[in-house]
Amino acid sequence: MAFDEYQKREFKQVGTRPNRPDGVDKVTGRAMYGADMTLPGMLIGRILRSPHAHAKIKSIDASAALALKGVKAVVTGDDFARPEDDFLRDVQENCMARGKALYDGHAVAAVAAIDAATAKAALKLIKVEYEILPHVTDVDAAMKAGAPIVQEGRTLENVPAGMSGNVTSHSEFGHGDPAAGFAKADKVVERSFKTAATHQGYIEPHAAVASVTTDGKADLWCCTQGHFFVRTLCAGMMGMEASQLRVTPSEIGGGFGGKTTVFIEPVALMLSRKAGRPVKVVMTRDEVFRATGPTVSTSIDVKIGMTKDGRITAGEAYLRYSGGAFPCGTIDMGGQAAFAAYDLEHVRTYGWNVLTNRPKEAAYRAPGAPQAIYAVESVVDELCLALKLDPLDVRLKNAAKKGTKSSYGPTFPDIGLVATLEAAKKHPHYTAPLAEGQARGLSCGFWFNFGGNTCVSLNVNTDGTVGITEGNPDIGGSRASVSLMAAEELGIPYEQIRTIVADTNSLGYNDVTDGSRVTFAVGLATIKAARDAVRKMCLRAAKIWDIDEEAVEWKDGAAVPAGPNAGRFPPMTLAEIAADSFATGGPIAGHHEVNVDGAGVSFGVHLVDVEVDRDTGATKVLRYTIFQDAGKAVHPDYVEGQMQGGAVQGIGWALNEEYIYGRDGRLQNAGFLDYRIPVASDLPPIETVILEIPNPGHPYGVRGVGETPIVPPLAAISNAVSRAIGTRMCELPMSPPRILKAIGTTA
Amino acid sequence: MRYLAAQSVAEATGALAAEAGVTRILSGGTDVLVQLKAGMVEPDLIVDVKKLPGMREIRAEAGGFRVGAAVAGAELGEHAAFCAAWPGVAEGFQLIGSTQVQGRATMAGNLCNASPAADSVPALVAGGVVARIAGPGGERDLPVADIPAGPGKTNLKKGEFITSFFFPARAMGASDAYLRFIPRTEMDIAVSSAAVNLTIGADGKVSAAEVALGAVAPTVVRVPAAAKAIIGTKLDDAALAAMAKACEAACNPIDDKRGTIAFRTHTAGVLACRAARIAHERAGGKA
Ligand SMILES: Cc1cc2nc3c(=O)[nH]c(=O)nc-3n(C[C@H](O)[C@H](O)[C@H](O)COP(=O)(O)OP(=O)(O)OC[C@H]3O[C@@H](n4cnc5c(N)ncnc54)[C@H](O)[C@@H]3O)c2cc1C
Repeated sequence: MAFDEYQKREFKQVGTRPNRPDGVDKVTGRAMYGADMTLPGMLIGRILRSPHAHAKIKSIDASAALALKGVKAVVTGDDFARPEDDFLRDVQENCMARGKALYDGHAVAAVAAIDAATAKAALKLIKVEYEILPHVTDVDAAMKAGAPIVQEGRTLENVPAGMSGNVTSHSEFGHGDPAAGFAKADKVVERSFKTAATHQGYIEPHAAVASVTTDGKADLWCCTQGHFFVRTLCAGMMGMEASQLRVTPSEIGGGFGGKTTVFIEPVALMLSRKAGRPVKVVMTRDEVFRATGPTVSTSIDVKIGMTKDGRITAGEAYLRYSGGAFPCGTIDMGGQAAFAAYDLEHVRTYGWNVLTNRPKEAAYRAPGAPQAIYAVESVVDELCLALKLDPLDVRLKNAAKKGTKSSYGPTFPDIGLVATLEAAKKHPHYTAPLAEGQARGLSCGFWFNFGGNTCVSLNVNTDGTVGITEGNPDIGGSRASVSLMAAEELGIPYEQIRTIVADTNSLGYNDVTDGSRVTFAVGLATIKAARDAVRKMCLRAAKIWDIDEEAVEWKDGAAVPAGPNAGRFPPMTLAEIAADSFATGGPIAGHHEVNVDGAGVSFGVHLVDVEVDRDTGATKVLRYTIFQDAGKAVHPDYVEGQMQGGAVQGIGWALNEEYIYGRDGRLQNAGFLDYRIPVASDLPPIETVILEIPNPGHPYGVRGVGETPIVPPLAAISNAVSRAIGTRMCELPMSPPRILKAIGTTA
Repeated sequence: MRYLAAQSVAEATGALAAEAGVTRILSGGTDVLVQLKAGMVEPDLIVDVKKLPGMREIRAEAGGFRVGAAVAGAELGEHAAFCAAWPGVAEGFQLIGSTQVQGRATMAGNLCNASPAADSVPALVAGGVVARIAGPGGERDLPVADIPAGPGKTNLKKGEFITSFFFPARAMGASDAYLRFIPRTEMDIAVSSAAVNLTIGADGKVSAAEVALGAVAPTVVRVPAAAKAIIGTKLDDAALAAMAKACEAACNPIDDKRGTIAFRTHTAGVLACRAARIAHERAGGKA
């Protein structure tokens, strides 16, 4: 890993809070979101979805639909070639079922018609003959012998023999000998937990416009977190070369990980290819809930041993995750993250992924970690209560730090957990008095963060301004942060830089906006692209001054002679060099392409006070404070926004959000009325405390901040509620009926 | 689908009676339009009744109020005299939706959409409010309590619609209150709800009461036994406990995504007691 990047420096612009570049467009309604794209001659596509949780598709007869006036094309799974690659085949079969509908809402056919009403009418004319199969939506039930098998033959060799055919993979992490550790404990607590699947709840539904021409070229506009990956997936499914498919991302109304794959994009492309006209597909909210990618649903057992003075002697977790109807690797991240906050001699996690008749999981901020850490942090809290120990002291005593061999293998470099815990301990919130019926909870959180493939171009305009082209859709303010870092490096004002997110033809490959990677990795590439441009500008100055290239250096936005021996020349500003560029060798641009390593892990601690109405089971969140290590907060508003947003989503997850399936295996609450994300009046002000422990792997010390904040809320709130009612809650969400039942008010 | 903005009551009832297919009346449209968009209903005829004479008026009548069927939540909420007399009705109606929805939503729509969880209905029932109904055969009056027939169903006959509600004159020391339970703080559907309308006599004791529960049965339920439990009391703990018990006994809810049978039953009693205390305080009662 490249841990030599960071250099201490005084920042002039990084760390300030300038206006966001996309603000005016967004508040005036000018921003172009996915559904805003329109093309001449465009058709409207709609998708027919399975009303059954699990059914064999015996036949699809679209003749009546095709005969309807205004219908231009019908697409089914048979229109797609069957990809050899397992991963691609799964994504494709999720976009359009083949042979079997695997969950309620699974796409089985699509139409393109001249308008929405015709498309809707056509859907009703498609006759699908189903043979209904037994279904299973609960992860534990799916693991039992005799459970309906969602997909045959998907079990990897690492799954022990004799398990249900729904178990697709197994993973183990850890070190030491937990049994020996438990023997040394004064108290051992073992608990089982369940967490419901939740949805990212982004406001903008998926939308795509595809235009395939008869000579085999295609354009695709869509709302996505990663258009290069969209191109890879769609080109694979459509049998196209990457160069022939150009994907342009729209503005994005939230993603949180849910827009890191495709659902409607290949369908729109196939409809357009068959119809010979552009086709737009926009999901309804009902479709978003039923057929995009919620989180895993989980069932977890955790066992932890502790000495009287609060030292954890061993930890063990058994994690059963279901990523829906397809194999899913999120379990591995859950297993790795479960005990990451602790420095443990004996630790082990065992994980299984299980198929159920639910939609295919997609990422949701720190995928897999919130659930595992919820279970671990709940048991740690229970031990603290039982042993009468201060929960922050116990975390401090066991905290992972520089040199700790992490529970998932690597040894940590500089990390911010201890500093974060200490900040929480010092904060007035931690010792503020609580009234009768109120209680306080806390939890640590962790996320790995990611770097990845990144490519940035930086163009110096002849008027002295700068245009930056990057390839990652901006979901959290990254254009502002990228501009700030370039401004810092070039020494020109932030306002003179405009950063855009370009299509797949304009840049080399950029990994998806995920893993909290963009401010870190695109930032790093931007800094290096700026340095590349600076080098070129120094060269131009050297040329003008007729001195050696090495004799010129860059200071405060200008080329200056490096030392007295270089000669005496007045500084030549970026604007002056740019103005002369046509005469000194042509346009000036900087580039950087890299597969970024050195993403720094990030830790957070959340403190929350709640009050529970013992007669109705309603939980009120009274006060919330977040402490998180950001490495370096480039634009603190956005860092705070990520922290607050994560807490809000976590509050929803902890208290009310859940995928509710009926006995028939159909989703009962496919809308924001009954899928209850918090409303503004449900929330207290959320205070944020940013810590800056520089990441050695980034020139400015930046760590990703987007995912860690959704990790601690589940346990922090559950710990607070459990303390308030005097009973340990072991299931999420802690909806009012569950709380009344736990208290014993209702049977 | 045909749309008719009726100019007279006769035109509206006539068109509704003559239509062989599915009809809907358009008041605020906050249920109808949502259902249309979701594909839940495809009416052949929609009759807009908002423009009919008197439909948006609030007037004094026989010491009480006559409220036009198309009066929106925001309008009623601004009528100080009405809100002072019927705070429970006003708060139930105004709980519906958001500011935007309040500008459109009506009590008649809320009642005739016939959701067991409709927020304005329990207080109307507890208040003994009477609906005036226009139909092909003329006008008739029907207590609000008799209008819901089950989820999505009313006892109105073909061609009929509500033109106004009559709120009787208030006795001295009378007031009402409405409470609902929702897992969030707003923008949600009642999991259970309760309205209490009561009068405090000269002796400081409850002299008359009506209790109605929402979301705990196929229609709103009147609970005379709960009312009886508090009549003649100053809402002491024993009276309230008896009231809660009576409410629980009157519940016949379902288990669904919004709540369990046990939860709905228990909270209906809790809310009735809390609403009774609020109504009592509003009526000037002292514990
Ligand atoms: C965002 C949102 C939030 C909401 N929140 C709530 C809530 O908190 N609580 C709640 O109870 N409801 C809620 N609703 C539902 C709805 O707003 C209410 O039921 C509202 O009172 C309906 O009134 P309306 O005038 O809009 O009815 P419309 O949609 O116009 O009509 C509803 C039904 O009543 C019939 N109807 C209308 N007028 C008459 C009449 N004069 N005579 C006979 N039949 C008639 C129609 O045929 C139709 O079947 C919400 C709706 C939305 C969109």
